[in-house]
Order: sequence, then C-alpha cells, then structure tokens
Amino acid sequence: MNRLSAITLALSASLFSALPAAAVEAGAPAPEFTLSGSRGTVNLAALKGKVVYLDFWASWCGPCRQSFPWMNDMQAKYGAKGLQVVGVNLDAKRADADKFLAEVPANFTLAFDAQGETPRRYAVKGMPTSLLIGPDGKVIQVHAGFREEERKQLEDAIAAALK
Amino acid sequence: MHHRTFAALLLLSACLAGCSVFQPPQPWEKGLLAKPEMTLGGDALEQRFDQHILNSKEAAAGGSGVGGGGCGCN
Repeated sequence: MNRLSAITLALSASLFSALPAAAVEAGAPAPEFTLSGSRGTVNLAALKGKVVYLDFWASWCGPCRQSFPWMNDMQAKYGAKGLQVVGVNLDAKRADADKFLAEVPANFTLAFDAQGETPRRYAVKGMPTSLLIGPDGKVIQVHAGFREEERKQLEDAIAAALK
Repeated sequence: MHHRTFAALLLLSACLAGCSVFQPPQPWEKGLLAKPEMTLGGDALEQRFDQHILNSKEAAAGGSGVGGGGCGCN
C-alpha cells in the first residue's frame, strides 16, 4: 500500500471515531466538579459526608419552575439531617438565570456552568436531571424530568438515604 | 488512477471526516428551541394570516386546525 492510500484509509477511519460519554448510573461514583456559585465556589468533594441532591436546571425548562419550591421544601425539611440540595444552572446567559431566580427564589446552593462541561461529564439526557448522591460520593439514583406524581418517590429516596 | 483524481478523493474524505464532529444539540443546549416562537403554532396571528393567504390562493378552505373563522370564511 503506498503512502497516499494509507493516509486516505486513516482519514476515512476517523469518520467512525466519535466516542459516546460513559453513562453515570446508580452505584457509580459521582464525577467531581468545581464551579462558581452564587455564594462562592461549589465543590462536590467538599460535600462528601452529606447526602447531595444534585439538580441540573435552566431558566427555559418548565418543570424546573415547578421543582424549585419542592427543592426549597426538601432543603428546609432535611437540611438539618444532612441533606444538601445543589442546583447547577446550565443557561448560556447568566442574565436568564438571574431573571428566573428573581421570580422563583432558591434557598439552596446554586452553581453556574454556562459552558456545559459538568452535564457532559454526567451524561445528562434530559432537562431537568437530578441525581441523589450518597455520603460516600456514589450515585444512589438518577432521575430525569419532574412530574407531580414523582415527588413522593423522590422524597422517599432522600429520606431513605438520610437514615 | 490519475494523481489529481486521487488528490481530490483524499480531500473529499478529509472533509467528510470533519462531519463526524457534528452532533445533535445536547439536552442543556436546547434553550433557544424552548422559546414559544419556536413551536409549530407559536404565533396565532401569523397562523391566521398564513391560513387566509393559502385559502385565497387555493380558492379552497379548511384542513387547518380547530377554530378560526367565525366570519363565514370557512
């Protein structure tokens, strides 16, 4: 095979080189992240020992509007028992997130990731996506969407993790 | 094969290899798609205009969803 054919073959092979992101499933360790937040840096490793309810949200996501009051309730109810709700905003423009927060306040830790690096690492498949992470840093459950009938199951999972 | 043809094929496969970079939008990148203007029936007024123009040009009415009219035009 001459050199030109070899190069052509190599270039054609690169057509099939796209690699899918590894899915973050229950039982897997939660990928590390460090992001700027509304009140200083938010680092997942620093929250080890607490049960973390990690929620990926955006201002344009309808169910997120519904989930915020619920997440405020959860933080208030279980915060003393060791729950920390962390909301990671994925808006490209910070102004959109601020407008949303002015209408729907959040009483939990907020982080901002406009580049979308964290959801890529977590292989987020829908908006919103929430992960329940145990005190050992391992994912307990991954949940996409937020519907009325799912609230009880989510709360039960949080309560069970805090035992 | 003529060496110029070979060079052209080489260039083509290089360009096609670049196409593997493109992916559909990620779930968190769909902010613009979520805007009400982006839905099929986003602007009711624009829909009525389009319906009227179509009905006028086709010299026939109907087949365009519920409601509309009320003025005897369909």
